Amino acid sequence: MSAGIGAAAAQPDHLAKVLGEFRYASDLGSADAVWAATVRSPHAHARIDSIDSTAARRLPGVLDVITAADIPGRKLFGQMKVDQPVLAMDVVRHHGEPVAVVAATDPDTARLAADRVAVGYSVLPPVTDPVAALRPDSPAVHSGGNLLSSKRIRRGAAQQGGLPPADVVVRGEYTVGMQDPAFLGPEAGLALPTEAGGVELRVATQWLHLDQEQLAASLGLPADRVVVKPAGVGGAFGGREDLSVHVPACLLALRLRRPVLMWYPRAESFLAHVHRHPAVLRYEHGCTASGRLVYVRAEIVLDGGAYASSSPAIAGNAATHAAGPYDVPHAWIDASVAYTNNPPAGAMRGFGTVQPCFAYESQMDRLAVATGLDPVEIRVRNALRTGASLPTGQVLTGPAPVAELLGRLKALPAPADPPADSGAVLARGIGYAAGLKNIAFSEGFDDYSTARVRLRVVDGRPVAEVTCAAVEVGQGVLGVQRQIVVSELGVTDVRIEQADTRFGTAGPTSASRQTYVTGGAVRAACRAVRDAVRELAGSNTARCDGTLATVLGDRVIERTAEFHHPPTVPLDPVHGQGNSAMQFGFAAHRAVVDVDVELGLITVVELATAQDVGRAMNPLALAGQLQGGAAQGLGLALTEELVLVDGTVANPSFATYQLPTTMDVPRLRAEILELPDPAAPYGLRGIGELPAISSTAAIAAAVRAATGRPVRRVPIRPEHLVDPEDHP
Amino acid sequence: MTIGVTVNGKLYQDECDSVSLLVLLRDHWRLLGTKNACAEGECGSCTVLLDGELVNACLVLAAQADGREVTTVEGLADGDRPNTVQQAFLDAGAVQCGFCTPGMVLAVSDLLRRTPDPTEAQARRELAGNLCRCTGYQHILDAVRLAAEREAGAR
Repeated sequence: MSAGIGAAAAQPDHLAKVLGEFRYASDLGSADAVWAATVRSPHAHARIDSIDSTAARRLPGVLDVITAADIPGRKLFGQMKVDQPVLAMDVVRHHGEPVAVVAATDPDTARLAADRVAVGYSVLPPVTDPVAALRPDSPAVHSGGNLLSSKRIRRGAAQQGGLPPADVVVRGEYTVGMQDPAFLGPEAGLALPTEAGGVELRVATQWLHLDQEQLAASLGLPADRVVVKPAGVGGAFGGREDLSVHVPACLLALRLRRPVLMWYPRAESFLAHVHRHPAVLRYEHGCTASGRLVYVRAEIVLDGGAYASSSPAIAGNAATHAAGPYDVPHAWIDASVAYTNNPPAGAMRGFGTVQPCFAYESQMDRLAVATGLDPVEIRVRNALRTGASLPTGQVLTGPAPVAELLGRLKALPAPADPPADSGAVLARGIGYAAGLKNIAFSEGFDDYSTARVRLRVVDGRPVAEVTCAAVEVGQGVLGVQRQIVVSELGVTDVRIEQADTRFGTAGPTSASRQTYVTGGAVRAACRAVRDAVRELAGSNTARCDGTLATVLGDRVIERTAEFHHPPTVPLDPVHGQGNSAMQFGFAAHRAVVDVDVELGLITVVELATAQDVGRAMNPLALAGQLQGGAAQGLGLALTEELVLVDGTVANPSFATYQLPTTMDVPRLRAEILELPDPAAPYGLRGIGELPAISSTAAIAAAVRAATGRPVRRVPIRPEHLVDPEDHP
Repeated sequence: MTIGVTVNGKLYQDECDSVSLLVLLRDHWRLLGTKNACAEGECGSCTVLLDGELVNACLVLAAQADGREVTTVEGLADGDRPNTVQQAFLDAGAVQCGFCTPGMVLAVSDLLRRTPDPTEAQARRELAGNLCRCTGYQHILDAVRLAAEREAGAR
């Protein structure tokens, strides 16, 4: 079946996208809509003394100005910890924090009026260093102190308070800068008042139902009067898990009884969404003379910025993934997230596993040097395998082909030597890195999706209609639903409806989880439909076939299914032990770089990856994830960093926040393993995040190999390579 | 001053000359295929053809476009039938979120018009002004090759 599982099937929304007919949230319009614009703090930390909107209200066309005092319900929001003001109250805690929102008859007036809202600030010193923020003498960003969240893991001798001796010990401190998700489609939404006194929001998001829950709380409305509908999403990568335009747009719509449009220009977008956590990671590894790991000690400090977002779960991931895809009998791991007055950090592709990967893989390179082993060899000697256990004590029951992934990369031919006539002195380096990632939600969260499949006959032909609230952000969740229906029911006319919050939740498009959980739900609904068809036909023939239309007649068969992934448990609070994840994905990267040794300029000549995907549901979409994820990892390795000056963002622009271009990203060679996970639908593994995890570390390793420099920080800047005294 | 721009063969007029061509296209004339992702000429999402020349619509003043012809993504297809470049984007998997796609499709169409059989290095240089956050560009470069081959085959 050419459009079923395993096919390089087309995505249902791509034709509209190439024709320019696809509508994103920022394309929404409404004839009588008003426009809203946000007043944001220019300071990283300040007391709000006054907010005077007189001048703004005096502008012709201005209809309303709202501040925190106007929020009828809960004035704070937060996915996991409700600590973030929808609009700032007495204090602003980060650059770009929203303070007020203005509505006007046109966008220019709204923007102008926002600039005329006079906010009186008393500037306070910002807390900007996450390590210093956790010291007892630090000023507190929140009254409860600066420890936003922490997770500890003790394995082996560490449970008795120590670590055993080792022949070889290496220590290092590593730093990761602030990467931005930098999706191209800006935050946007259209809020419409409903006749029942409620509101409907069309918005670019990753999780409709969580938005609805938080919106209803802040609007002071029962959940059934708040409907959140998906609008076209121009990329997400974690940056759309938190609320953006939601509450102000809906509140203004309710107050004005008119549709309200909001979207963020690029500079505002950079300030308005969460970023990947910057991190400082202190590591110590001990191994035997023959290179077998004895212990790891990791102290990871993540900069959570001013508000929690998903930091608690990210701290959990940083801790549980701190040892990497390696078998280490003794582990002493502490991961902490600090509140600071930096912009809030939250989910971004990899979710707390990218930062440790850079650190533990840097350590593995140093262990290789210290033991005289090849960098791949030392990794293979310590690679996790089926039956091995993680620092949490969780035993890997499914495939864990870390050694095989590294072996595949090692066996690839080396690229041609650098051109001799380039005029520059080039040093070539090859680096390897491997990573793992928990798939879907962990630590006891009941994680599920809901799907409905309806089968009927239209014009003499069977048609399957799927309804599901899984959000398409560009990754292909609509397409994979269609492929599953084609394979399960044998029907080729499959129509996918992206549901709103009036239908059951699909959970978020995050954590590499949608193909697993929504795929599982669609499969279950299809099988229930298939059973009903067989009953109807009075036969148990294997599948729906050409006679289906005859069997169905004018009947409609409809089944709804929820799919819950296998349960997980929280980690115990003392030693951080427990089966906290339901599945792990594994990937490795090899990078080949040329470094201009005089200028410190780095060219990534070649990138290769090897990943176990369980089952390649759609090879074309899979390749796209692998390539795009590796490119994001390249960006973190070399160019992408939001630069903070005393907590204020210095470069909220694509001119100065440098995304990789066609000139920067080489072709990716991909080695795909399909080792089925018996517990998963179709044996699949979540794939979306793994490509972005070890790619950064592999490039750093290659630069290390090319230059002999320690490379303790990403992004790697040219001056790190050419000024050894300033960057030891 | 009245601005008149022929977009995809149809004349559009406006009294506003103090905005960019991008604002005219999107906000005044609701031609929403052209995207706004930065409005400062860095991302290429608003790429259009102005009298056959590739430009970022955000950097063109309305007055500069007066009396000229603009081709946007909406002007490439034959009704619902994608042109060769658009079809190549579909077949090569060059679309993910799709926000860069309209600009990319125009940039690739322009490249192939001037250089029907580009090397990958040429394609990379030509497309460096169009950012994509999703794909890592490889499938887009595959689409360039596919479209070039199909256009060569059609000649």
